Amino acid sequence: MNIKKFRREVPLHFMLLPGLIFIIIFSYIPMGGLVIAFQKFIPAKGLFGDQKWIGLDNFRYVFELPSFTQIVWNTLYISSLKLILGLIFPIIFAILLNELKSQLVKRSIQTTIYLPYFLSWVVLGGILIDILSPSKGIINQIITSFDIEPIFFLGSNDWFPVTLVLSDVWKNFGYGTIVYLAAITGIDPGLYEAATMDGANRWHKAWHITIPGMRMVIVLLAVLSLGQLLNAGFDQVFNLYSPQVYESGDILDTFVYRIGLLDAQYGVATAVGFFKSIVSFILISVSYFFAYRVAKYRIF
Amino acid sequence: MNKITTRSQLIPSSGRRKPVDWFTVINTAFLIIAAIICILPLIHIIAVSFSSSSAASAGYVKLWPVDFTWSSYEYTASREQFWRSMLVSIERIAIGTPLTLFLITLAAYPLSKESHVFRFRAVYAWVFFITMLFHGGLIPTYITVKELGLLDSIWALALPNAVAVFSVVLLLNFFREVPKELEEAAFMDGASYWTTLWRIYVPISKPALATLALFSMVEHWNHWFDGLIYMGSPSNYPLQSYLQTIVIQQNLMNVTREELMSLAEVSDRTLKASQIFLGSMPIILAYPFLQKYFVKGIVLGSVKG
Repeated sequence: MNIKKFRREVPLHFMLLPGLIFIIIFSYIPMGGLVIAFQKFIPAKGLFGDQKWIGLDNFRYVFELPSFTQIVWNTLYISSLKLILGLIFPIIFAILLNELKSQLVKRSIQTTIYLPYFLSWVVLGGILIDILSPSKGIINQIITSFDIEPIFFLGSNDWFPVTLVLSDVWKNFGYGTIVYLAAITGIDPGLYEAATMDGANRWHKAWHITIPGMRMVIVLLAVLSLGQLLNAGFDQVFNLYSPQVYESGDILDTFVYRIGLLDAQYGVATAVGFFKSIVSFILISVSYFFAYRVAKYRIF
Repeated sequence: MNKITTRSQLIPSSGRRKPVDWFTVINTAFLIIAAIICILPLIHIIAVSFSSSSAASAGYVKLWPVDFTWSSYEYTASREQFWRSMLVSIERIAIGTPLTLFLITLAAYPLSKESHVFRFRAVYAWVFFITMLFHGGLIPTYITVKELGLLDSIWALALPNAVAVFSVVLLLNFFREVPKELEEAAFMDGASYWTTLWRIYVPISKPALATLALFSMVEHWNHWFDGLIYMGSPSNYPLQSYLQTIVIQQNLMNVTREELMSLAEVSDRTLKASQIFLGSMPIILAYPFLQKYFVKGIVLGSVKG
């Protein structure tokens, strides 16, 4: 009986084989490759070759760099601002959009705000560099027409994080809005009808029906986004930053890229990556755990 | 006839007209303005790209081209590297997207089975799930790709992210919605798992597969960083990596002398603007037609669980 059952399952194993090979090669081997963090890595000797082991020297070196604390701080600061605004904007937008009666207007607005989500940060970065330029950019033309000094959005340490956060909202809030609108669509229309009968106005309904109806999705997305706390947005920062804003805009990922691939200090860069992976692993696991406890959210 | 009766019915109550709903008016206006602000930067860039270089450098261009000209597009189109990069992008989509669909369909089906049907499900699910929790990171991944000898080949762009675990999850949840009776009926007729997958699950899941295909294509089109690090020679860059070096890094190293001469006629600014627009054009063109699928991709991701 057992053998028969096993034979029945054989095709299922075969189906998983190709995918398994891919993730072993491109996910698990790189995980094993994290040993580079403990080595004086010489590329010519190969990934799992006979490298010299140096214990925690790479970590010690990085943690003692004066700029490292600043980089960790920048990462946390930028990503938490993005998390918070990335949560608030779509919620407000979804509630306001839900109040529109015309489906056509609603759908057109939804489509328009969702478009930037599909453009790459190369394209959006190119656009931002043009419109934010202090000399020719249209934004500064508008600002100077009010007799205000032009603002160097991408070149000043005061403005750079603000620009990152706001442009991130620009790219992504359409996505969040659609998720929340879907949650609102799931609310029982009978609740609104009953509330209208009881004399509830628009505000009462939004406060007592719409927001509680979205609560699960809000909590779920908030919890899951906590796992991304160390991802401050490599694509975006890389396409917008320059040495003069390293102080406020350099994040873990851009730092790893520069010391790893540009300076070829593989061991040191991997040590930073390892640090990031471990902390992210804890954050993601905790966030999945809470998502499961709060919303019975399961990945598989 | 109908109209007249409606009117006559309305007349008695015309004394107290329905008050203007100010909230709706203001709300609609606010949302429309916000939506317009979202795409104004794009419209401005398009206007700049079609303007003369002098008007663009002087900052006369707002939302409509000034001294309309195609010259920056002509210049871009005359650059061989632009077309070569475009070809690399198309190539990576042509290889990468079918491969991804094939792999995630094959993986999603067994994983969508209950544990009592497929006893090793939990083991495989964990093997896939762990890759969502923990990553090797940039350097080990780079070195892996390098040691596989994939550098400077299209495979470095198509293979590493071919199994998108999140897409596997979306698809397996979609498979779970398929009525069990269909599969059981097929088994009664002696169908194997393979036949059931290709004859029942895949056809039923066409909308989900189409959405996943679209997202995979958009991703392949938009990816630029892998091209930048895995391609040693700029002639192998996909379009977004090429744009990254031209528009963002302003690296004009591989510009020839004649090209520099003709570059004098088009300003740097209009040229960049035209390239930014060209880099986003396939998406902008496809967007209105495939809007349904774009939106579905999100809803698919959010309602699961």
